[in-house]
Amino acid sequence: MISQFFVLSQRGDSIVFRDYRGDVPKGSAEIFFRKVKFWKEDGGEEAPPVFNVDGVNYFHVKVVGLLFVATSRTNLSPSLVLELLQRIARVIKDYLGVLNEDSLRKNFVLVYELLDEVVDFGYVQTTSTEILKSYIFNEPIMIDAGRLPPLGPAAMFMQGSKRMPGTAITKSVVANEPGGRKREEIFVDIIEKISITFSSSGYILTSEIDGTIQMKSYLTGNPEIKLALNEDLGIGRAGGRSGYDYGGSAGSGAVVLDDCNFHESVQLDSFDVDRTLTLVPPDGEFPVMNYRITQEFKPPFRINTLIEEAGSLKAEVILKIRAEFPSDITANTILVQMPLPTYTSRVSFELEPGTVGQTTDFKESNKRLEWSLKKVVGGSDHTLRAKLTFSQESHGNITKEAGPVSMTFTIPMYNPSRLQVKYLQIAKKSKTYNPYRWVRYVTQANSYVARI
Amino acid sequence: MAPPAQTNRSPSPSQPSGKGEVSDLKTQLRQLAGSRAPGTDDAKRELFKKVISCMTIGIDVSSVFSEMVMCSATSDIVLKKMCYLYVGNYAKHNPDLALLTINFLQRDCKDEDPMIRGLALRSLCSLRVTNLVEYLVGPLGAGLKDSNSYVRTVATMGVLKLYHISESTCMDADFPATLKHLMLNDREAQVVANCLCALQEIWGLEATKSEEASTERETLLSKPLIYYLLNRFKEFSEWAQCAVLDLVSKYVPSDSSEIFDMMNLLEDRLQHANGAVVLATIKLFLQLTLSMADIHQQVYERIKAPLLTLVSSGGPEQSYAVLSHLHLLVMRAPYIFSADYKHFYCQYNEPFYVKKLKLEMLTAVANESNTYEIVTELCEYAANVDIPMARESIRAVGKIALQQYDVNAIVDRLLQFLEMEKDHVTAETLVLVKDLLRKYPQWSHDCIAVVGNISSKNVQEPKAKAALIWMLGEYAQDMQDAPYVLESLIENWEEEHSAEVRLHLLTAVVKCFFRRPPETQKALGAALAAGVNDFHQDVHDRALLYYRLLQYNVSIAERVVNPPKQAVSVFADTQSNEIKDRIFDEFNSLSVVYQKPSYMFTDKEHRGPFAFSEEIGNLSLGEESTDNVVPAQRIEANDKDLLLSTSDKEESKGSIHNSSAYSAPGYDGSLAAPSQTDLVSLDYKPTPNVPSATFAIDDLLGLGLPAAASPPPPPPVLKLNTKAALEPNAFQQKWRQLPISISQETSINPQGVAIMTSPQTLIHHMQGHSIHCIASGGQAPNFKFFFYAQKAEEPSTYLVECVVNSSSCKVQLKIKADDQSTSQAFSELFQSALSKFGFS
Repeated sequence: MISQFFVLSQRGDSIVFRDYRGDVPKGSAEIFFRKVKFWKEDGGEEAPPVFNVDGVNYFHVKVVGLLFVATSRTNLSPSLVLELLQRIARVIKDYLGVLNEDSLRKNFVLVYELLDEVVDFGYVQTTSTEILKSYIFNEPIMIDAGRLPPLGPAAMFMQGSKRMPGTAITKSVVANEPGGRKREEIFVDIIEKISITFSSSGYILTSEIDGTIQMKSYLTGNPEIKLALNEDLGIGRAGGRSGYDYGGSAGSGAVVLDDCNFHESVQLDSFDVDRTLTLVPPDGEFPVMNYRITQEFKPPFRINTLIEEAGSLKAEVILKIRAEFPSDITANTILVQMPLPTYTSRVSFELEPGTVGQTTDFKESNKRLEWSLKKVVGGSDHTLRAKLTFSQESHGNITKEAGPVSMTFTIPMYNPSRLQVKYLQIAKKSKTYNPYRWVRYVTQANSYVARI
Repeated sequence: MAPPAQTNRSPSPSQPSGKGEVSDLKTQLRQLAGSRAPGTDDAKRELFKKVISCMTIGIDVSSVFSEMVMCSATSDIVLKKMCYLYVGNYAKHNPDLALLTINFLQRDCKDEDPMIRGLALRSLCSLRVTNLVEYLVGPLGAGLKDSNSYVRTVATMGVLKLYHISESTCMDADFPATLKHLMLNDREAQVVANCLCALQEIWGLEATKSEEASTERETLLSKPLIYYLLNRFKEFSEWAQCAVLDLVSKYVPSDSSEIFDMMNLLEDRLQHANGAVVLATIKLFLQLTLSMADIHQQVYERIKAPLLTLVSSGGPEQSYAVLSHLHLLVMRAPYIFSADYKHFYCQYNEPFYVKKLKLEMLTAVANESNTYEIVTELCEYAANVDIPMARESIRAVGKIALQQYDVNAIVDRLLQFLEMEKDHVTAETLVLVKDLLRKYPQWSHDCIAVVGNISSKNVQEPKAKAALIWMLGEYAQDMQDAPYVLESLIENWEEEHSAEVRLHLLTAVVKCFFRRPPETQKALGAALAAGVNDFHQDVHDRALLYYRLLQYNVSIAERVVNPPKQAVSVFADTQSNEIKDRIFDEFNSLSVVYQKPSYMFTDKEHRGPFAFSEEIGNLSLGEESTDNVVPAQRIEANDKDLLLSTSDKEESKGSIHNSSAYSAPGYDGSLAAPSQTDLVSLDYKPTPNVPSATFAIDDLLGLGLPAAASPPPPPPVLKLNTKAALEPNAFQQKWRQLPISISQETSINPQGVAIMTSPQTLIHHMQGHSIHCIASGGQAPNFKFFFYAQKAEEPSTYLVECVVNSSSCKVQLKIKADDQSTSQAFSELFQSALSKFGFS
């Protein structure tokens, strides 16, 4: 059982603080914050999510820059507590619509109300947004959603995609629409995070897709929902094929998941037969299914790096990225980064003539080159030339002192796994009942690295 | 219960700043207290919010207590909730004021709205004021019988709260019995789950005081209850499922069909999106199959994919918790994961604590077939701009080399590191090359050629410097300029801040002197002079020792300082197997993340409600803890020394470890191997009555232990009291106080083992010989028992820790006695009783 729960701002102020058992001395929030803050300076790196100070165990997760913390004196399951902290954040977000420091401060009474019902004397009672509804009486004070980035992977739909109503994602499960009427709608998001490591010759060393089918339902009366996936979806790698040597060329053949898991509301009775998931979606946002794929797929970007030495104190880096997805799709918020030799003193950049929405920077403090592109259309390629000036002579092998090149990006309406929601069926209450259904795909880079 | 009609979209209370505001609040609250004007509730809400906001940021608002209570006469549930929160926070430190609230809380406990009844009851139980407990009993009793399940869930937790405020009140009201009844009968699963949690805690704490509670606690693990909970399993919330799974993992099924039924029932839990449920299930599966080697292995195969999925879904924090568990499993059974090594490759954006775990896993799973790829990947990290990561990666490469796979290629890679000319890479690599040479002297030729090119000026880190100096001394004949490099280092003696480096310098220069006397003589003189005048005690002593040895006889000095060495075959492991096994027993807990058993980081009173098996462990630790824990830490600290510095003695220790190392730590390696821990502790703090088995080792270690006292004179025939009685507490206490008088390994009759399906059979047998069991645990093939016996005529007690391995038919005994002189006689008696097991 946990002893305390609290949320700290980035500066270390308690925004909410709830003591459940009274067996951890006062000042735990300060002890915790100091420990986390000075972890680096004490010779370590980033503070791990769980640590022990004087017999008190501190668990924390970071959500939108806030620290959600639990303390305990007993030898608990770390998974349980960390999962709980994440769920508390999710429940709060379901109620407040937007989770950030501002919304928490404005709604702390509601948050206390939630905390009272979620945990009693340190034992978890429920984290179901649905069940909690009947115990919650405060109404959320909405904040301006546009100003701050909301929580969760669905947040990426906020930018750049015209097809989704931006406000829907920041809707509280309890607040009514300004018009008084609730809009009947359901969101199904297929979110894929991809990790790739390219060798210096461009060969794919490892690749993985970590996907989630996320659902958020605003349907009244909790109707049953059927979600059909690719019929030929395979699960688990067949015996003989081990590891990564599955040779299917991208673009054809069945989608094969290495493994997946499901939300507890999901009925899998017909899943083995026709790959449909049946569920009665509870209120709030939740992952219907998580899956993992190591099957080969076509990487959305290719990265080429060329380093040319020009004398002993100068070198030129040429970075080239090529978007290898269809031209009707546009990636956004692309950032390319590359660590440069520590003795780099100055960098001058040269973009292709006529480019818009691209910026370059040399971060002096960690000797890092940054190249950001607002948008990249499928099929296009872009080049950056960077001229480096060194403060000392290089040892002759700059490739050992620089790189690897890493990339982050978001590609809406694209998923490399080709996993699809074939249809989304809602049990009909009447003929006129026709709620809005949003099925959205998005791909994000998790660890996208090219060695040089 | 629709929310109040008015909306409160007013601006939030601004962050209050201090004392002035508190007195303002007081006045305003007072004004509102009696008001019945419309809109009063809204105004109150705003004020209450301000008060709670102050409370949150740590401003003491206890001074408005009476005003808050006055204002609480309201039907507005939002107001009530805020008031309850406030009261709960301050009641403990203002018991007199808390009395004020009793009235309205008790009244609310009888409200017709179940929500209000529940809330009031929860607040009432959360006051934490000892002298108000009398007011709790009535409402709690009513709450447990309430028709509404919300009230009952609150009441069950309320009982636990009451227990923590006043144990006697809770026990006197017989609440635990009521909880037990509810647990078995309530139709609401959350009530059942709360009863289970409360009872685990209450009986767990009471068990040390009363026999009865201890029995009750055992009934929580009885077959009917376990089956009852499993039959209702799907009704429980995911969190309650975790609690039930945790309980079930302590239950010992009677046969394998029971085990398979459970596993089939719970199989789908491995596909749960909640990592806590999956890990709890995995723990259960691992525990259930401990004694079935092949099924146990299948479990490993089965859980691999779900664990990997959990690692990659969810936030980095949850992923870390799961990864720590995966790490533990990989360390136990690396070969099962050796084909999955690519999953342990590091991603550039992962935090260091994750990367570190992954590097350790990569090191563990390396084998003939994947070493080349793993090392290639590690070399990429070594060239990384992230320095801590680069260092760890180089260490990992070194560790793999020491595991003997593909050494040839690895040595080449390591030597390439030296050519990278990055100081931190060079430093780490030097340390590793030194270790490699200690294990594979045959590589000295290649290594020395490269190391010889390194300028000692480019090496600043003490560990690396020490390694370089060691090599200069050790391979003085192969390195042309060794004497001169040493000489220049000695010239800078004053600037050398690290005592470790100065110690190595002394040893190296002496070794060098034996091989190339004319070239080194001058340096040796300078070093000895500087060393004898060194302010550091160890340096001074070593210099003096060398000086006197050399003065006495140079060839004897050489035999002492630089005898021919055997290559180290295995470096000592950092953690004893017993500790590793204990961590494994505590799967799905912080022990796994901290890589320490719980007794090392948890106070006794917080060791959890169900520490039965742990207690047995602790019992054995009572006495060992000092001997056991300290060596573990010592080894840990020493490990660096072992690997990084060199004192020649340690080499022999390393090889001894190897010679006594037990067969490869398989995944079923639940064998506690206590004898090994003893080995380690022996050279550290020898017990006077050293058992014969371990004696030879001490001689090997050259500790020159005084020979053990000659065996005690034959004692008179021993008779045991057939009706001996000993309280568990007394046992624990005695076990802690008494020294081990006999520790022995013996064997048990195979026929006996054959019928030993559960600990019970042996317990009954021993009882027939007036030897009683006080605690037992474990599953085939490892059982652990604590026995006691008493002399027939006098109250003199014998305590025995007995570890039976039913597959090897070996028994480890540790005997403690009030009267040490008779312990040998008792030991014989015990063993003769044991030897009859299986024939009767």
